[in-house]
Amino acid sequence: MGDSRRLLNHLPREKLSWMLQKMCETRYFEEKAEELYARGLVHGTMHLSIGMEASPVGSIAALEPGDLIIHHHRGHGHTIAKGADITLMMAEFLGKEPGYCRGRGGSMHIADIPGGNLGATGVVASGIPTAVGVALALQMRRSDRVLLCFFGDGATNSGEFHEGVNLASVWKLPVVFICDNNQYGMSMPIRRAMNIDHIATRAVAYGIPGQTVDGNDVLAVYEAVRVAVGRARLGQGPSLVDNVTYRWRGHSKSDRNLYRSQEEIEAWKRKCPIARFKAALVDSGVMTREEVETIEQQARATVDRAAEEALTFPEPSPEHLEDEVYAP
Amino acid sequence: MSGVSGREITYLEAVREALIQEMRRDPEVFLLGEDIGVYGGAFGVTRGLLEEFGPERVRETPISEAAIAGAAIGAALMGMRPVMEIMFMDFITIAMNQLVNQAAKMRFMFGGKASIPLVCRTPAGSGTGAAAQHCQSLEAWFVHVPGLKVVAPSTPYDAKGLLISSIRDNNPVIFVEHKLLYRDRGPVPEDSYTIPLGLADVKREGRDLTIVAYSVMVQRALEAAERLAREGIEAEVIDPRTLRPLDRETIVRSVCKTSRVLVVQEAPAACGVGAELAATVVESEAFDYLDAPVRRLTGRDVPIPYNRTLERAAVPQVEDIVAAGRQLAREGR
Repeated sequence: MGDSRRLLNHLPREKLSWMLQKMCETRYFEEKAEELYARGLVHGTMHLSIGMEASPVGSIAALEPGDLIIHHHRGHGHTIAKGADITLMMAEFLGKEPGYCRGRGGSMHIADIPGGNLGATGVVASGIPTAVGVALALQMRRSDRVLLCFFGDGATNSGEFHEGVNLASVWKLPVVFICDNNQYGMSMPIRRAMNIDHIATRAVAYGIPGQTVDGNDVLAVYEAVRVAVGRARLGQGPSLVDNVTYRWRGHSKSDRNLYRSQEEIEAWKRKCPIARFKAALVDSGVMTREEVETIEQQARATVDRAAEEALTFPEPSPEHLEDEVYAP
Repeated sequence: MSGVSGREITYLEAVREALIQEMRRDPEVFLLGEDIGVYGGAFGVTRGLLEEFGPERVRETPISEAAIAGAAIGAALMGMRPVMEIMFMDFITIAMNQLVNQAAKMRFMFGGKASIPLVCRTPAGSGTGAAAQHCQSLEAWFVHVPGLKVVAPSTPYDAKGLLISSIRDNNPVIFVEHKLLYRDRGPVPEDSYTIPLGLADVKREGRDLTIVAYSVMVQRALEAAERLAREGIEAEVIDPRTLRPLDRETIVRSVCKTSRVLVVQEAPAACGVGAELAATVVESEAFDYLDAPVRRLTGRDVPIPYNRTLERAAVPQVEDIVAAGRQLAREGR
């Protein structure tokens, strides 16, 4: 927290305000998604990251505009933080033709390639080997851009994590591996899925730096990823950052939360990353309570407008469905 | 078809020449795989390439098939043209998630806004005594997946032209090389040339029956056709060359002419490429021309065994194709 206090006073106000805005937009986007789902307006599934917003937002805050991300099925926060148009995101969630993936991908596969968001993969850990190739292309082209590769705690038990992180280390690629560690797979707690206390210790096996971070402290996340990005940009290779956080909602809509206690969920709700950041901003005198509330209200208005507009968008046509399978 | 050049090289040399010419032409083309550098690859296909192109473009990897595929996919997503090698097609199983769930899907699920121009070269097939985990023909698995293309050349000429086309294609292409074909010699022009993906080739003309075969089975079918000719049976041999996309027209046209079709594949029968070829015929106008049921000749329903006699018995040989062709030519007369 010492670092976080220092950052509050040293980071440009614009950046702090951006962090709060993106976390709020993510939170409201997902609350709106739940609402639309409850109203029967959504065909498919969704994976909510409510409670985890600091990890993607703090991480992506450490990037330069040309940098890249690859993320996962619980990827609304990454997509928003990478600068997505929330109306087009909402349109994709609703399966509409103007959506980011023209209604072919849905909530789990939002990509905005020109915006540096190389997409969300729905098979746990699959983005990690692919990230190796993206970072390889950056290195071979002598680019100074870097890639953030996000995945969950469950992914770190897969072979693809091992193969991918090892190869990225061997080739000293400009990638930062970031674990959005919400401490559960679908229902499997990490304490039953691995025999170590901290995922970051896995970095030792690949000869790269690993750091465990309070994933509900957006400034701590920012600082850890900033250091890792700096290393990557200087050609010093990958790092592993383990942002320990918690998802308040179930894995997806079918989850009845039978594998964890209500007390545990409530305890983590009291550690809300947004409430905590707001308090820090106000307590430190960086922003007034009114300024913070204005950011929140604007975020809510952005999401409301996006949903309203996206609901009016046209559905895609099944005609020519094969057209996007192959590139010309 | 095979150009005017009299020069003959092997299938292996043709593959290598395609790689060299494309790497010289396009700096975005690079190779990655296990032991492809100093060692030259398990079968020697990439021998000498490290010296010309250096370790950055002839990129050796640890034994990590998923990471090899992922590295190729990510680089392709960024616009490079990686050619990955999977040492034996059997090992492609370890890269299946990357190839099937990532490479094949990204374009479509991102709304047509990404492309993955990669080639996965892999030696397949039996006949080397390497037994059940180094001899499989798994091409049908990939033919089943929208988003992938699958190429299986049978001659040195086709290998070069199809590999160049595969490298220039903007989609993921599984390029299946047969180990027993590596030493086959044939005429191959020195200059670069392409063969369109999705275009079958009539390897031999005939009027009495059509044999559709691919990869090493084309060579066996051609030898079988010569023997059948001595008995007065003229077989037409069609090589689809590309299994996805499949040139159905050329196959259907041939069967309309001959009224009999024998489909030959090395892999076991169930849900194999031969089943798709047979369905292609019976779903088309050629059905009305058939004088006998479509006949499939396939590998037996077993893993590839080690012993030489057992291994030969597990997959169609020339004499099996002759016998099946002879029988089919007589049916329905």
